[in-house]
Parts: sequence; structure tokens; C-alpha cells
Amino acid sequence: MADLMGNDLTRQSASTLADAISQGEVSAEEVTKAHLERIADVDPRVHAFLYVDSDDALAAARGVDAKRARGDQLGALAGVPLALKDVLTMKGVPTTCGSKILEGWRPPYDSHVVERLRANDIVILGKTNMDEFAMGSSTEHSAYGPTRNPWDLERIPGGSGGGSSAALAAFEAPLAIGTDTGGSIRQPAAVTGTVGVKPTYGGVSRYGLVALASSLDQAGPCARNVLDTALLHAAIAGHDPRDSTSINAAVPDVVGAALNGDVRGMRIGLVRELSGAGYQAGVELRFREAVELLEGLGAEVIEVSCPHFEYALGAYYLILPSEASSNLARFDGMRYGLRAGDDGSHSVEEVMAITREAGFGPEVKRRIMLGTYALSSGYYDAYYGQAQKVRTLITRDFDAAFAQVDVLISPTAPTTAFKIGEKVDDPIAMYLNDVATIPVNLAGNAAMSLPIGLAPEDGLPVGLQIIAPPMADDRLYRVGSAVESALVDTWGHLLIEEAPAL
Amino acid sequence: MSAHADELMDYDQAVSLFEPVIGLETHVELGTNSKMFCSCPTEFGAEANTQICPVCVGLPGSMPVVNAVAVESTIRMGLALNCDIASWCRFARKNYFYPDMPKDYQISQYDEPLCTDGYLDVIVPTDDGPQVFRIEIERVHMEEDTGKLTHSGGDTGRIHGADYSLVDYNRAGIPLIEIVTKPIPGTGALAPVVARAYVAELRNLMRSLGVSDVRMEEGSLRCDVNVSLAKPGEPWGTRSETKNVNSLRSVERAVHSEIERQSALLTSGGRVVQETRHFHEDTGRSTSGRSKEQAEDYRYFPEPDLVPVAPSLEWIEQLRASLPEAPAAKRARLQESWGITDFEMQTLVNTDALDVIEETVAAGVEQSAARKWWMGEFARSAKEQGIELSQLRVRPADIVRVETLIREGALTDKMARQVFEGVLAGEGDVDSVIAQRGLVVVSDDASLLAAIDEALAAQPDVAEKIASGKVQAAGAIVGAVMKATQGQADAAKVRALLLEKLGVSE
Repeated sequence: MADLMGNDLTRQSASTLADAISQGEVSAEEVTKAHLERIADVDPRVHAFLYVDSDDALAAARGVDAKRARGDQLGALAGVPLALKDVLTMKGVPTTCGSKILEGWRPPYDSHVVERLRANDIVILGKTNMDEFAMGSSTEHSAYGPTRNPWDLERIPGGSGGGSSAALAAFEAPLAIGTDTGGSIRQPAAVTGTVGVKPTYGGVSRYGLVALASSLDQAGPCARNVLDTALLHAAIAGHDPRDSTSINAAVPDVVGAALNGDVRGMRIGLVRELSGAGYQAGVELRFREAVELLEGLGAEVIEVSCPHFEYALGAYYLILPSEASSNLARFDGMRYGLRAGDDGSHSVEEVMAITREAGFGPEVKRRIMLGTYALSSGYYDAYYGQAQKVRTLITRDFDAAFAQVDVLISPTAPTTAFKIGEKVDDPIAMYLNDVATIPVNLAGNAAMSLPIGLAPEDGLPVGLQIIAPPMADDRLYRVGSAVESALVDTWGHLLIEEAPAL
Repeated sequence: MSAHADELMDYDQAVSLFEPVIGLETHVELGTNSKMFCSCPTEFGAEANTQICPVCVGLPGSMPVVNAVAVESTIRMGLALNCDIASWCRFARKNYFYPDMPKDYQISQYDEPLCTDGYLDVIVPTDDGPQVFRIEIERVHMEEDTGKLTHSGGDTGRIHGADYSLVDYNRAGIPLIEIVTKPIPGTGALAPVVARAYVAELRNLMRSLGVSDVRMEEGSLRCDVNVSLAKPGEPWGTRSETKNVNSLRSVERAVHSEIERQSALLTSGGRVVQETRHFHEDTGRSTSGRSKEQAEDYRYFPEPDLVPVAPSLEWIEQLRASLPEAPAAKRARLQESWGITDFEMQTLVNTDALDVIEETVAAGVEQSAARKWWMGEFARSAKEQGIELSQLRVRPADIVRVETLIREGALTDKMARQVFEGVLAGEGDVDSVIAQRGLVVVSDDASLLAAIDEALAAQPDVAEKIASGKVQAAGAIVGAVMKATQGQADAAKVRALLLEKLGVSE
């Protein structure tokens, strides 16, 4: 064990910090303080956090130190700080979902994920920025201003979970929680050179996750390396009777898989439809290199076709807005959050409408209108109904592919991080960022994004997407760990170490 | 909102010109201990907003979980209504904005109800004897109730024009089942009576299943009544829907007055508008609500937060096998066992007395005595108080006790009435009322003989008749003794002493 004293605690991995804390080499309080100082130092430029909960974080850290002093058994990540996406409820702590309509709301209850984090003695530093109600791929749609990519402050950190990915890449936290409805964990991981996993749908309880699209949403772990991601995955996964869609089965051994990265004899499928036209040259280049790397490590890589993926984006942008239009109906100013127009001159319906007009941003309004239209009588069959059929076909494509291979791979995102403002007025261009990640949400599979290098043309990170069948999340870690070790052997360090100093 | 009174046509004339088609949608609160999608309690009458949690207030991030008991109750109701039970069905969201809806959508069922295609036979008395109508059931489905709004200020008691409105979310998420009939043609002039009998029979069924105690006075059963009229042989007319009809009597009146209203409209060259109407208990009439010609679009879609409901065939068969006796079968059995007429049975049913009488008989009271008490004193008392028989303070055990005391000679019939008067008034149980009111049968021979002597002296002619063997004349003397003792004498004993004294035998 390296002596951490004198080293920058914020540069360490979560597992290193947890070991050092449990060995008494450093206190959890010192670790938390170091990260709070880092946040104070760099976050004015990065804007990863919407709310920093210093007092509670320090109190939680001191609690871990007290437990250790008593000789209590500590969890695998005890005392390690974490950044929490602002879409998960945490009792008494503001939860905005990046929206003005929830400004000032302090939930009276903890989400399941937060309960599990607390139970594992993980220290929650605060809430991270996101596109409003997780609608976006750049975090530019946050009502509280954009988050910046630590690799280049003029660029986006991905979205919707750009606050969480930026917090990792800026060394403000070694762990983060994201949520992924169409790529909101994986695309930010890809463009910030970090690791993110969308678990199998139903693998992590959605209780307390403010819903965007209930049938697609999934919370998951984010970190700077595969093992840390696995440790966090194991901490938050498992059955919860409060979420009817939560899977009642043993959590796959993701930590064991991360510790035993090995792809020898594995069959890996390269999805023909998720590369080629529309993918940036540097992204294609690094992806081809990753394929060669996997072959060199003993995997058999074959090309597979998923013909219906072509319709995934279209189906997604009917299903998501439909569910969102209903999920977001409750923000009406009657019970919590913003209320506008209640001056005695307006009816209750008018107050609801004025509140929603004032509280929602343009992207949210766009999707509510799309969804309201798609669900309308007379249009339902042609839009929502057809989209559900496409969803079934995409699931069948995956089934057929997984009959041939153990995992599928593709680039995570078609491009590296783009400039802030570049696509914000072009919804279709923005939506295309998620073309490779969306099929996974439609079918409920597990998937990881892992850094595989920098695109030569812009020096920005590229992500590899690994996709596993439902409840085979361990395969992601087995493959991801093997790739990561090989790359670290080549480079001498993780890719994130190459991020410029802030 | 239209304040002017509608023209009505005389009912008999209306049903001679038109044939009504009716339809009923009935919402009933299930009697589960917890709500439909969370574990909050369902007790009625708690302080506002004390039986709530993140789920039933629809806080961001909260999620529903289906109450298994509610599903079971719905399946049992479906089976009792001879329905098909779906092997797989889903909940759906019904989307609309209203402040009593915490999520601004209601979790209901839409095109995949749990129970479909059943029927319920109802019997109505007619001049030609009882007539059976088979009411076809289209569907039975589950949903959650909304919160309860109270509007202050304004003169309509409605949200428009109110100074402010208060919401109580205790009711939000209470499990409801909705039972929808197919259109019911062919009832003619009996339409209002059939509608009432159907709702009454539904209520009996739910009580016998124990899925709901159907407290109508607490609003736990609400009916929407559809009525349309057509000339004989012509296609069915446009229907109106009268909402929130909340008592048996109102169901009957709502159908009755709607037939009168629509027939007046149609014969004066008007047309019936498809609309929602509001029923007014005070006048027995309805007024126009919102027009449904521009139907509200609820944008139903399958509830993505819930997994499908998929009851196994074994479970369904197990529930079917454990269904209690159907109310109609039970009536037939009791009628035969008690040896009473159709009319007597119908009267018991109409008075809602069947269950309590059956319970009383089961407790050991002779059926005629049980019927006498419940249909007499008790029914009068319940009617005066405006409550149901089962809500009276008197219990079957009280009747058992009183009947035993009568048999033992410790109470007379007249005293028994006084005992129950006390019990009904809340003075305590049978024995404490007897003790407090000092209701003791005068049975010591000396005082009874003195009273007999007095009576004989007052009616010497009667005394002579009895002595000459006309024992049937003894009644007059016994009556006089009872009168003299204010009913507290043991009549049988008086008679025995009298006959003994005069040396005659029965």
C-alpha cells in the first residue's frame, strides 16, 4: 500500500482510498475535506455541482472514522466521497433535476440508491448538474447553466449526467451516480474519459429516482476505473420491493469479474449498424484499435447485424416523450416546487399552466408536447403503438445477436465532446449523440462505456461501449477490465491522467 | 350550470312513448387495510392529510406497488359476477390535470381489465309477480381513488367561484373497483326499479364476499347512471351520464327523472346532448355539467411503473372454489327453510334485514321471532335515525338473551320491548337495561292471586263463563291482570293460577 500522506488524495482511486481509510493511513474526514477543497477550487470553472452538502458530508465522514475507531467492520467503499446526480432524492437536501420548477424542494425521503450509499458508508458530497429532467446530451439544458468538460472548458461534458462525469474527470470525486435513459451515463463517460455503467433495467431500484421515462430509466455507477465502478455497482444493486420493476434475483458478481478481466475464448459481436457513416474518424480509429486489442487478448470478434436498430432513435423519441409527458404532469404548482400566477386573479387550471410555462425549459416543453401528441386518441396506434412494436423487434435483434456472442461492442458516441452552443439549437443533431446507446435502453440490457484513447484530430477522449444481455452485467466488467489493463500496460496510466490540469 | 329547470314529461306517458336503455358504472371502495399502491391506512374520517406518504401524494421519485389483496378482491368480485378473469393484464394511466390528483394521472385499467363479460341476475317485484332481469357486465377493473376537495366560498360548492379549495389526500390511492354494465334494454317502465335492484344486489354481493362493507353514507359506493331513450323499433338514442349518484334511492330517482326529462325534450323537437349531468339529492333532479361532445382525451397508455398482473389459473380456481354462497342462492335457501312467501322475502331484502335476521337465527333465535323484532321495532328505529339495521346498537346476542328471558318467564313481550328501547337508546346491554329500568316480572303467587281476585270481582260474568268451562274467556281476566301490573306479570302464570283457582282445566 502506497503511503498516501503527502499525495493528492483527490487523484486516488476509490478502492485505494477505501483501503487507506480502513488501514487508518488516512481518515475519511481528511479524504472528504480534500475533495471539498478541490470542489471549492475548480468547480467555479467546471460547474459540476448544483449543491455541495459540506456539513453532512463531513459528518458522514466522521461517522466512518468513529466506526473504524470502534473496530466496526467497514464496507468496501466506506469513507469514499461520491457525487450524486440531482435526479435522485435525498432527505432534506434540495433536489432540482436541473429544473426551475423544483427549485427549493427538499424531499422528505431518501431514494433507494441514497439508502444503499448511506448503508455502505459512502460519503455524499452533493448533487450534480444535469440537463433539465435528464433531457439532453450536453448538460446545456440545465436551468442552472451548463457544466464544462474538464478536458476542455469550452466543450460539453456529455449529458444528461454531465455534472457527474465532469466531477470525476475534474477529480472532485472518485465516485459518482448517474442515470441512463438513452445514454446519460455512457455518453458523458465517453466524452470525459471516465467509466460508466447502465445496469440491466431493474438491476438498481428506481425508487426515489425522479422519472423521465419509467420504462427506460436506470441509475448506475460512474468512476474513473473499472474496479471502482464495479464496487459502486455492487453497493447500489439488488432487489427493492418498492420498485415493481426491480429484479428479484442475485446481483451478478461484478466485482469478481472486474478483478478477473479476461476475454480469452469470449465471442464478441461488432454491431454493423453502430459504426460507419456519422461516426467521427478518430472515434472509428480508436474503436478499430480496440477491436484489434480484444482479438490480441484472445477474444473472437465477429460482425453481427441488428437490422432494426435503424428505427431505435425514432421509437425512442416517441416512447420517451410519451412517458415523460405523463411523468412530468405532477409538476403543477399545487403541492411542491414553483407556483406562479397565484395572485387571486387566476383559476386553478391557469395557475397550473402559468407555473409550467414559467418552470419548464424549452427542451422539456418540446418533449411534453411531442409525448402529449403521440398519446392522443387517434394517434396512439400510429406513434406509441408502433414504437412499442419497434421496441420488440430491437429486443429480438439483441436476442439473436446474443445467441451468437457473449457481448456486443460499438463506439459509445459518434463524436468526441462538442463545443458548448454547437448543437443546442438543433435538437436532431443533439438526439443523434445517443444513436448507439439508445437500443440498449429500449431492450433493457446492461452496458458500459470505457475510455479507449484520444481522437487524434481533437485530442479528446473516445469511449468503447460494451453491451451484455440482461442480468449478465458481470460480462461488462470482465471485458472492460481486460481492455483497461491492456491499455494501462501500454500507456503506463489511466487515460484520465492525461486530462489537462485545471 | 344551466340553472333553469328542465321540462319534464309525466313518467307513465314517457314510458308509453319511449323505451329506455340504461347503463351503470359503479365505483366501490374496497375494504382493504392499506391503499392500492402504498401501505398507508384506509380508515375513514381521519384528520386531513394524516394518512399519506410519498407514493399516494405522488412526490417526485415515488413509485406504486400493487396491493395484492385488492387484486384478490377484484378477482373474487369478477368470479361472483360470472366474469372471465384475464390471465395477463396491465394498469394504465389516465392523464388529466386536477388538483385532487396527486400525479395528474390516475392509475386505472383501460383496454385490459382484470374481469370481463359477466352477468348478475336481479329480481324485481311486479304486479305479475317477481321478474328476473339478467344484467350483463362488461368489465370489472381496479383503480385508485383521488383526493377529496372542499371548496370554500362561492355559492355552487364547486371549484369555479370558490374563494379557496382544500385538498385532503387521505382518500388518494384508496383502492376502487369499477363495475360497468353493458347497455340494459328491455326494462321499459321498470328501468328505475331495475337500476336500483342491480345496485342493491351488487352491494349484497360485495358484502357477502367481504370485499367491501359498502358504507354508502360515507360515499364508498358511487354510481354513474347512463340513460337513453328510443321509440320502439328505432335505434338507441343519445345517452346522458348522470354522475355521483350515491344511494339506492337516488339511483332510482335519477333514472326516473332522466326518462322524464329526455322524453319531454324529444317530444318537443329537441335532441339529447351527450353530456355529464349532476344529480341533486334535494330535488331528485339533475343539471347539465360539461358537454362530452368534445370528449376529453385521457391519453391512456400502459403504466410503465408497474409489471403486468398475471393471476395463475390455480389461484383463480382456488378463489372460485372458496366463494361464499351467492346472495340469490342464499335467499332461495332461507326462504324455503323459513317457509316464507316471495313477498315476505322481498320485504326482508328491501329492508336490508336478511343478513341480520340470518345472523340472529344462527345465534339460536326462532326465525319468526327474529323477523318480528328486526322488521318491527328495529326497522322503525333505524328508519327514524336514518341508519342501516346493522348500525343499530342492538346485536343478535341481545335478541337471544331477551328471547331466553321471555321463555323463562322473566320478561313479558311488553317488557321485552322496553328492554330493546333501552338497548337502542344506548343504555347498555339487555341485563343492565333490565336492572336499571327495574323490569321484573311479577310472579309471586300472592300478588298475582290478589290481582286475579280483583279482576274477577270486576267482571263477575266472565268469571262465571270460565267456571262453566269456557276457558277461552280467561283471556279477558289475564288481560286485566296484565294491565293492572303494567305488563310486568308473567301471563302464562296468571292464566294457570286463574284456571286453578276456578277449578277448570285447559
